[in-house]
Order: sequence, then C-alpha cells, then structure tokens
Amino acid sequence: MKKLTILLIIILTAGWVNAQTRISGSVKDNRGHIMAGASIAVKGSYDGGVSDSAGYFTFKTFEKGEQIIIVANVGYKPAEQIVMIDKDIAGLVFGLKEEINELKAVTVTAGSFEAGDKKRAATVLSSLDVVTTGGANADISTVVKTLPGAQQVGEQEGLFVRGGAGYETKQFIDGTLVNNPYFSSVPDLAQRGRFSPFLFKGTVFSTGGYSALYGQALSSALILESVDIPVRSEASASLSPIFLGAGLQKVNKEKKSSWGINYGYTNLAVYFSLVPQLVDYFTVPAYHAADANFRVKTKKGGILKYYTTFSANQLGIRRPNIDDPTLKNAFGLKNTNWYQNLSWRENLGQGWKMNLGLSFSTDHNDITNQIQNQQNFPVYTGPSWIDSTNFNLITRGDLSQVKAVFDKRLSGISVLRFGGEYQYSYNKTIYNQYAAVLPDHFKAVFSEADLYITNALAAKLGVRFEHSSLINKTNLAPRLSLAYKTGKGAQMSIAFGIFYQKPENNYLFTTTNFGYAKATHYIINYIKNTSLQTFRVEAFYKKYSGLVKTFPAYTNDGTGYAKGVELYWRDKKTIQGLDYWVSYSYLDTKRDYLNYPNQLTPNFAAKHTSSLVVKRFVPSWNTGFNFTYSYATGRPYYNLVKNGSKYDIADRGTTIDYHSLGFSMNYLLSLGKAYAVVVASVTNMFNSNQVFGYNYSYDGLRKEAITPAAPRFYFIGVFLSWGVDRRQDAINNNL
Amino acid sequence: MKQLLVIISMFFFGMVAAQSKYEGAMAKGLEQLQAVKSADDMGATAAFFERVADAEKDKWLPYYYAAYANHLTGWMNPKADKDKVAEKSKDLIAKAEVLEQNNSEIFCLRQMVAIQQMTVDPMARWQTYGAEANNALESATRADPNNPRIYYLNGQTLMNTPEAFGGGKAVAKKLFEKAVELYKTFTPASSFHPGWGKEDAEKLLAACQ
Repeated sequence: MKKLTILLIIILTAGWVNAQTRISGSVKDNRGHIMAGASIAVKGSYDGGVSDSAGYFTFKTFEKGEQIIIVANVGYKPAEQIVMIDKDIAGLVFGLKEEINELKAVTVTAGSFEAGDKKRAATVLSSLDVVTTGGANADISTVVKTLPGAQQVGEQEGLFVRGGAGYETKQFIDGTLVNNPYFSSVPDLAQRGRFSPFLFKGTVFSTGGYSALYGQALSSALILESVDIPVRSEASASLSPIFLGAGLQKVNKEKKSSWGINYGYTNLAVYFSLVPQLVDYFTVPAYHAADANFRVKTKKGGILKYYTTFSANQLGIRRPNIDDPTLKNAFGLKNTNWYQNLSWRENLGQGWKMNLGLSFSTDHNDITNQIQNQQNFPVYTGPSWIDSTNFNLITRGDLSQVKAVFDKRLSGISVLRFGGEYQYSYNKTIYNQYAAVLPDHFKAVFSEADLYITNALAAKLGVRFEHSSLINKTNLAPRLSLAYKTGKGAQMSIAFGIFYQKPENNYLFTTTNFGYAKATHYIINYIKNTSLQTFRVEAFYKKYSGLVKTFPAYTNDGTGYAKGVELYWRDKKTIQGLDYWVSYSYLDTKRDYLNYPNQLTPNFAAKHTSSLVVKRFVPSWNTGFNFTYSYATGRPYYNLVKNGSKYDIADRGTTIDYHSLGFSMNYLLSLGKAYAVVVASVTNMFNSNQVFGYNYSYDGLRKEAITPAAPRFYFIGVFLSWGVDRRQDAINNNL
Repeated sequence: MKQLLVIISMFFFGMVAAQSKYEGAMAKGLEQLQAVKSADDMGATAAFFERVADAEKDKWLPYYYAAYANHLTGWMNPKADKDKVAEKSKDLIAKAEVLEQNNSEIFCLRQMVAIQQMTVDPMARWQTYGAEANNALESATRADPNNPRIYYLNGQTLMNTPEAFGGGKAVAKKLFEKAVELYKTFTPASSFHPGWGKEDAEKLLAACQ
C-alpha cells in the first residue's frame, strides 16, 4: 500500500513538474507578410495562443506525444502541422492561404461605379446620398453628374458621358432597358428623371467597359436595382407648394411579401407666381404620377417583384422667335407614360440562379409648336424658315421586352452567366398628318464568365451577339476586364470592350439603311478603398466609328474619339460627421457626325469638369446641411450653315465657364406619431450666369444664349411617414 | 481488493477531473474576461474560449463567450476593422447556434454585432444593420421575454439614436428601468451562463435621469 502511494505521488508530481511544454513559432500569410491575431491551438485541447503584432506566438501545453497544431484566422484556410511533443518546440512556421470569398476578392471595377450595399467596400452612392445631395432635388441623374465622367449639361436631359451624347447612355431597371427614363424633352430645358431614388437599393454608374449583359449603349449604362421587401410597413405623405403626395407600403408579418401604392400631383402655378421665370408658361407644368408595387419572397430564397407607374403631364412655353422678335414661339406638350416591370430572381439549386425580367412601357406625346404674334394668336408670316416651324407631332413609343439570365457557380466563387433578351419596339409618329411607323424585333444573346484565378486576380470575359430586324444587321461585341489586387483594399483594373448602338429613331424615320454605331473602349483604373474612404483614378480611350451622318447623305460614316483622365475621392473619415466627395474629369474628344464638316469637339463636351459635394449632419440640431459645387470649363458652340454642297462653320465660340452651388438642408422631427423631414433647397446660390450654348437665327445674324428657365430653383417641402409596424410600441407596452 | 478499489477510485477521480477540466477552463476564462485590460487580452480570452469550444465540440457556452469577447475587441481597439471583427463574431455565433437553437442570449449577441457594424457608417448602414439588430432583439424576446439583456441592449441603442428617429433618453430610460427590474430576479441557469450587464444597466439608467 505504501509503495503504491509513493508510486502515485511520484507519477503525479512527475506529471505536474514535466507537464508543461513550451511551443513557439510564427505565422505568415502566403505572401510572407506577418500575420497578427491568428489563433494557434493544440487540436482537441484547450492549449494554445494568439500570434502577436510581430506574428510570433508562444504557449505552454500539458499535451504529450504526437499532436496536431492548428492555426486559424478569419478569411484564411486553417493550416495544420503534426508535431511530436516531448520537449519544448521552437521555430514552428505556419503560412496561411487566403480563402477566396466574395467580400475580399477583387472586383472588376474598371469603368463602373457601384453604389449600394451589394459590395460593402465599393459603396459609392446610396439612395440616401441621392436625396441629401445639395441642389440635386432628389434627381438620380443630377447626382450622378457629380461623379467623374459625366458632363454638366443643363439644356437637355440625359447623362453625357465621356464625349458621348445623352442618348448614348441607357438606363436599366432590374436588368431590363427603360425606354423613357426622363420626362419628355422640352427644347433647351433639361427634364427630370421619372423614378424616385427610394425605389432602388443600388445604382451602378458604368462609364464604360461594362458587362456583356447590357447592350445598345455606346457610352454608358446606369444600372438600377430595385429594393426587395421593405423593412417595415409605412404610410407617407408629402406636402410642398409644388406638390402633394401620399403613399402606403405594407409588409406582411413574416416579412415575406409586401405591396405599396403612391400618388403624387405636381403643379408649378403657385411657385411661378412667387418666383418669376424667364420664359412665359402658357400651360403651367402639371404632373400626375401614380405607382404600385408588390414583392414576394419565394420558398427557395428568390424574389418576385412587380412595379408599375403611370404619369400624365403637360406644359406650354412661349418664347420670342429668334428670326423675328415681333413673333413668339409657343411650344406645347402633353405626355402620358405607363411603365411596368416584373422581375423574378430565383435559386435553382446546385449552384444555378436565374434572373428573369419582363417589362412593358408605352409613351405618348402630343407636341405642338406655333408661331404667334404679340397677342398670342397664330400667324403665318411668309418666310418658309419661320412658317415651317409650325408643327404638330404625335408620337407613340412602345417597348416590350423579356430578358433571362442564368448563373452557374463554378469552382470557388467563379461564375458563368449566359442568357438572352428579346425586345419588340413599336414607334409611330404623325408629323403634320404624315404618319410613319418603325417596328423593330431586337434579339440578343450573351455569355459572360467571372473568373477568380486567385483572391488577387480576377477576369471577366464576355461576348454579346445582337440582331435588329429594323436595320437587319447583326453584331458581335466582345468584352474583357481584368482586376488585380495590389494591396489591402487597393486594386488595378483594365477593361476593353466593343459597344454597338443602332441609330436613333429620328434618323431611322428617314431611312433604315443604317448599320450600328460602334465604340471601342480601353480603360485602366486604380482604386483604393476602406469602409469610409475611396480613392479612384481612371484613364480611358474610346474610338468611334459608324456614327450617324446626316449630310451629304444619311450614312454611318461618322468617326470620332474621346480620351481623358478622371479622379474621385470620397472621405467620411477625416472629419467626424462630415462626408464629402470630389471628382474631376479631363476630357478630350472630337467627332465628325450629323452635319459636322469635319471632326469637332461636340457642343456637349467640356474639357474640365469638377464637383465638390459636402454633407454634414448635426445630430444635436437634427439637421443636415448639404452643399454641391460644380464647375465646368466652357463648351464649344457652332453655327453650321449649308453652303452649296457642304456645311461651313459660319460662327463658333466657347461658352463662359459653368459654376453652380446648390444647397439643401433637411431637418428631422417627430410630429405626433409621424416622423417628418423638412427639406429646403436652392440651386445656383450665387446666381452665377449659366450659358449652355447658343441658338442662331436662320440668317445667322442673331444668336441667343441658352440659359435655364430661371436662375435659381427653390424648394421647400415636408415629408411625413408613419410606421404602421408597431413593433417598437409593442416593446414599450411590455414595460 | 484494495488495489481494485484504488483503480476504481482513480477511474472516478479521472472522470471528475475531466469534468472539472471543462469547468476549470470556463472558470478560468470568465476570470480572465473580468481581468481584461487591453484589446489584446480580450483577443486572447476570445481565442481561449474558442479553443475550449473546439475541443469540447458539444458546448455552446464557450462559443458564446468566444463571440462575446471577440465582439468586445472591436470596441476596445479603436483601430479595429469592425467589419472583420463582426465576420469572426458571426462565425462563432453560428457555431453556438448549431449547438443551442433559439436561445435568447445568442440573439442578443447578434444584435450587438449588428450594431457594431452599423456604427462604421450609421447614416448609410442603419437601414440594413439597424433592421438586422431589431430582428435579433425580436427573436430574443420571443425566446425569453424575461432576459434583462434584451432591454438593456435596446435601451443602449435607443439612447444613442437621435430623437427624430425614435430614440433619446426618455425612451431609453423606460427600457433600462425594465432591465434593472429584471436583473433583480434574474438568475443564470449556471454560474457559466450569461449574467452580465446589471451594473451597466444601472449606470445608464442613472445617466438617463
């Protein structure tokens, strides 16, 4: 017995004395960089440690014999080593390989600005950014114009990107093309976009080199992704001297489905009586807009979304006639537009996903232009160049489309994507009783692969094949981009792509004997991103061919180029509570198109464009203050006059530089059970003289500056929302 | 016979030792958690709990504390990449949830992690992460409405929310009162189960007066 006790004591004490063995070593990543914060453990035991800031670790263990040491860290594949623990071990070296995952992998970004929460780090603009940009009045395109690549064009709606005309930028909602993203054109006055920023969770502004999923946009694509199920039910109302609106959004209890309706009425009569306008509105602009939506989550984690909007509006503007100042030009417009979009995103299992989009829109315009005398009565004066400006134009534009995209997950996070689209467009115009119809069956198939070769190197390879029945031509457009991660949050990308676009309808009404206009894009960029800061620099070169010429004949013989450098810096970090971004674009572009006698810088292209957007929310005042300053150098203008068999530049010049300082403030408060936001804003605070170009009289002797309809636009309004969801109250009632 | 007895008793002793090895580790970990002085200490504590959890395989509490300690490193180190910290916390929470489903305490932890991610850029993120935090507390309430930490955490969030968004001291005060009341009667299921937050709730309630 005694022996046994002694033996036990010996075993136990021996065990204790020799129990702990020291194990030490270091951890690196596969590039040989020191890794701090990795955890090291003897597998199956409690013993282990954490690597320090120099990558070293040391710990003691009771374990003996053959053991596995395992080292792990977030975002890396764990590494294991088998060791024999009989004495202290030093100098173990572990190398951890990065796991390829969507958050860390490079993203192919050349040419595109991602906005929204899809890629956390790449967030550039959110819907909140849109509504809190000073002077933008919650118009998506106006805010996009503060990003590099877009021009400050104020006389026409549309995004004029990198030397491209407004119609060379297309908008897509949930993958399908939007035919009339803006309210109908009015001469020399840019119109707003039709869609509220709150409809979208993400906006991708692609200034070139974009995916093979999109086509028929020579310069740029604005890709809008609608919101899924809203966070909560809500009733809303808005009040302003300019408009009234009300809406309801209902989310079911399980947050699996929702529906909503909205109606708004805009009328500028009160506003115009308070703020004099430079043009005479004989029909005050008035807009009715109604929309409805429903969204349903499917069992497999997909979602079905439907959105429809209907609007009707009218306006009439009277301006002095440029050829004869004793006369007036009266322009009247009535528009109705109905848009609907159904999209279905579904997981098909085994790595397959499907995106199906259906959309239909119809747009009707009734436009008149009338020469009137000082008493506002129609007159015929004799000279054909004046009388021929009398016209009545009725247009109808329908677009029906279906688009299907299938995704197949390959190894890792690489994805193969393919699909097709079919668009049927029907355009009819009646110009002074002369009717013309343009139907087009447009088909496209496309395929694209996102290949993640390593966490640091990704490629996007795509190709698109299109056919338009109207011009009866096909095209094949390859697209390629590569991205390489150069460091933490930093990457370089390059992109190349060929883009085609069929001519605009106003040329096709004359002849359909056209081919596609073609642009070849080359882009290189560098981005450095942290969650609160983004720096980006991008250079591009574009070559155009096949641009529409209208003289001496309607052909595709136009050519051109564009090149430039752009900078972007957004910072929410340096000054607490201050969010600002700066963008700068340098553009050198020339094109020979329409009736240009040779390659000229088009009248929508400024050499230097820059914007500074500053936002500050002061929590103690519940108020946000937002400023936007935009600057652009003057743009060229020309008076092209036909001289025998050619067009001459009878006059040319450059407009004055463009300056604009917009301001808005939003004050948050509770009004009874409602949360309210009071918004006040003004555009062009400094009352800068803005000239967008010149109009010439027929004889070329008179020229008139194209300016905004008023130097400033003021807005004040209150937006109220009531959360129908009483969750917060329910918790409070439990107290 | 005696030898047999010794062997048997040694066998039992061994089992008791194994049992108390886990308990000893938990006690040691919780002690460490109390004594933490720096973000590095907190990180080491988190790693310790994770090792215990990985070795035990069937116990959710060490994963819970690993996630809790890991989450706290995000606050203690002002330079921490909160998104990266949250990624790790969520990873550990998911492991705890596999072992213990529908637990109010784990849902509370989910709320804390979502709030931490929201603070990176509150203006831009409250819609996503604010909703995630609210959903977590709703689930926590459904699982156990008498968990004081639900009201403490909700109060803490609302205290830092502007009044115009439904926050403010007045709203938070009610929640802290509720939390303090529940803490009085709350007894953790074991000495290792979560019981933290009482002093903080009292402190914040005082700050709301």
